[in-house]
Amino acid sequence: MSSAAGAAEASAAPAVVLLVGNPNAGKTTLFNRLAGTRARTGNFPGVTVERRTARRVLPGGVAVEWVDLPGTYSLSARSPEERIAADAVLDSAPAAVVALVDATALQRSLYLVLQVLEAGVPTVVALNMMDEARSAGVEIDRERLAARLGAPVVELVASRGEGVQALAQAVADRLVGAPPEPLHIDYGPAEDALASLAELAPPGVSARAWAAWVLMSVDDEDELDVEPSVRARVREVRAAARAAGIDLDEAVVAARYRFLDGVCAEVQRGDGNPRALTDRIDAVLVHPVAGLVVFAVTMLLVFEALFRWSEPLVGAIEEGIAALQSLVGHLLAPGPFHDLLVDGVVAGVGNVVVFVPQIAILFLFITFLEDSGYLARVAFVIDRLMKGVGLHGKAFVPLLSGFACAVPAVMATRTLADRKDRLVTMLALPLMSCSARLPVYVLLTATVFASEARVGPLSVGALVLLAMYTLSLAGTLGAAAVLRRTVLRGPRPTLVLELPPYRWPLLRNLLTTTWGRVRSFLVDAGTIILALTIVLWALLSYPKDAEVAERYAALREDARATLVEPELSARLETLDGREAADQLERSAAGRLGKLIEPVIEPLGMDWRLGIGVIGAFAAREVFVSTLGIVFGVGGEVDEADHTLRQRLRAATRADGTPLMTPLTGVALMVFFVFACQCMSTVAVVRRESGSWRWPLLMLAYMSALAYVASWLVFRVGEALGWGTG
Amino acid sequence: MSCALAELPVGTHAIVREVSSPRALRRRLLELGLLPGTRVEVVRRAPLGDPIELRLRGYALSIRRDEAATIEVEQLASARGAAAPAAVAKELAP
Repeated sequence: MSSAAGAAEASAAPAVVLLVGNPNAGKTTLFNRLAGTRARTGNFPGVTVERRTARRVLPGGVAVEWVDLPGTYSLSARSPEERIAADAVLDSAPAAVVALVDATALQRSLYLVLQVLEAGVPTVVALNMMDEARSAGVEIDRERLAARLGAPVVELVASRGEGVQALAQAVADRLVGAPPEPLHIDYGPAEDALASLAELAPPGVSARAWAAWVLMSVDDEDELDVEPSVRARVREVRAAARAAGIDLDEAVVAARYRFLDGVCAEVQRGDGNPRALTDRIDAVLVHPVAGLVVFAVTMLLVFEALFRWSEPLVGAIEEGIAALQSLVGHLLAPGPFHDLLVDGVVAGVGNVVVFVPQIAILFLFITFLEDSGYLARVAFVIDRLMKGVGLHGKAFVPLLSGFACAVPAVMATRTLADRKDRLVTMLALPLMSCSARLPVYVLLTATVFASEARVGPLSVGALVLLAMYTLSLAGTLGAAAVLRRTVLRGPRPTLVLELPPYRWPLLRNLLTTTWGRVRSFLVDAGTIILALTIVLWALLSYPKDAEVAERYAALREDARATLVEPELSARLETLDGREAADQLERSAAGRLGKLIEPVIEPLGMDWRLGIGVIGAFAAREVFVSTLGIVFGVGGEVDEADHTLRQRLRAATRADGTPLMTPLTGVALMVFFVFACQCMSTVAVVRRESGSWRWPLLMLAYMSALAYVASWLVFRVGEALGWGTG
Repeated sequence: MSCALAELPVGTHAIVREVSSPRALRRRLLELGLLPGTRVEVVRRAPLGDPIELRLRGYALSIRRDEAATIEVEQLASARGAAAPAAVAKELAP
């Protein structure tokens, strides 16, 4: 944006009103109510946290932009992501802040509100979940609370829209008049440290609030971008406090809670338990036995939905894309542009859209589980197993989803609040054996093992599949443990998890959240997938060899002159297959396959399998159709195709020995267990991690793992004389 | 009698004496209201034995036993029993 345009827009810019609140306080619901149909989604700069905004006109005609901040329990931060809320409240000079409070957990909710009030920003406190509090017999004296906090308090039942108008009015009133005095809390023994830090506060912010934020956030292990002089000062005041026997962290937090103890004692009446219903539900849902059953059934349902319910939708999308390809194909004259559009662009769009059903289904489930409160229990129930490999309990649902497809699974890591927890999960889960690997296993098993071969009661095919899934699970957990100890090491990972009261999810929230995820996938990851599809298509199609084309044209002429139906059609089909195979051999991918042959030869592969592996980067199942072309069967084959199996069995190496021995097959399957043969996973990890660094690291470690594992299998097998005959 | 929070049996109430976790975790726990003088109840253990569920300041928080081991508490007599001194309970209620 040019500076002139920026200035013009700034003068017309609506007043920014921030929404802050704890997770589970109903912020999304309130935002949806306030935004109506005007919600827009983007990202906070520099981090991959969704930023939802909406421009509306308040009663009285003031234009505002609502900005939904990430849910948090405190403004203090250790990472750029946690810092978003603090920056917005302390640094960005918002016109006003709506501080959302869960009336059923008043004291803990108000802890965050105090930090906002200390900043001296015009604030409206919104007491949400008032229906739950009241029906439990808890009363909150709204006016006294307002007097104690120095900010208007509005009662709200956001799920039913009650009080939303009053809130908008209160915000409109708050936008006029002088800004409030910052709330003053006596920090006792921490006052000296705060005064020393406040000297360094940038202009335009409340120095005291800024100093408290720095004191609570900065230390030697944080990942914040902070001026060295500020860091030095923090170190100084901490050393001074330590010498004086003062515990600064505790002094600050205790002062705030002391203030809140006083406030709550004054404004809260009634001793009912708003969690009575939740306690009764939890008696079953996290019961030592029933809890495990409910957990298993819920996870099975999620898995079943992801696997089976998506199938007809995926099928319909694939048919639609095929129809579109043939339509576009008929409209355009044959030629490079026709091929680019049909096999590059339309196929690429198909490669993107085909993920939508699984993403949508997974996020409908996850949002339902999260909004209902059960997702926290999922983590609670399974955390014991996850922590052994350095994962968080909430990593379970993404990992499980990885058995279906890594793309929605990587997106599901957003439920993890901590960045390192999220990265470890995201980088390890593509090792889970996804459904796209299945056709590869099936084709290879059926090619190299006789269908009647058995080991004990099990068929060899079943045994091989079991081995591959076990290997993938072991690989995933091992990778997580290693990542946690190497590139993503840090303080011991912890679990600090609120178990919110159970609440009935709102359909509208499910739909808006799910659509938000689908949309961000289509826009951000989708463009990368589309571009990579076109690149891969070009590699597999160009350069075209004119001599080959001429030779086959001549052979077709010959056939037409000498043969009659049905022999003619059969002959022409054979020629088509052979020409495609010859052209592929001469394409960039074909040359690349030959180029890497010395590298993959120790794994038992030759250049033809190499081309298959290159093609499979589009998606693992494309391995099958690429081999179909390489072996002259055409690209329309599936893993059950008998001709392809026969051609593979008949294929020989340069020295005349068979290419596809059982050992080659198993080594290749092991390669596919570990290799990151999926550009869509790379694209979505780029989207979710916010940089190319992480997907490239993933690609590198998975490829190395695949190479070494496959090499070991092949060499050890060869040395022992397994399956070479 | 003071002991680690991780050692408390399910159903007992206690007063937090000291949180001595590593700083990042400690600060988080403090900010969530788990600070010296706060009354907590151990509500249950997860089905697999870990983590545990705590009740404090009117809400439910789950932490691992490893983390609970770094929190020192003073166990109160059983809340249900008559032994719980009403005065203490009142004084410590949020």
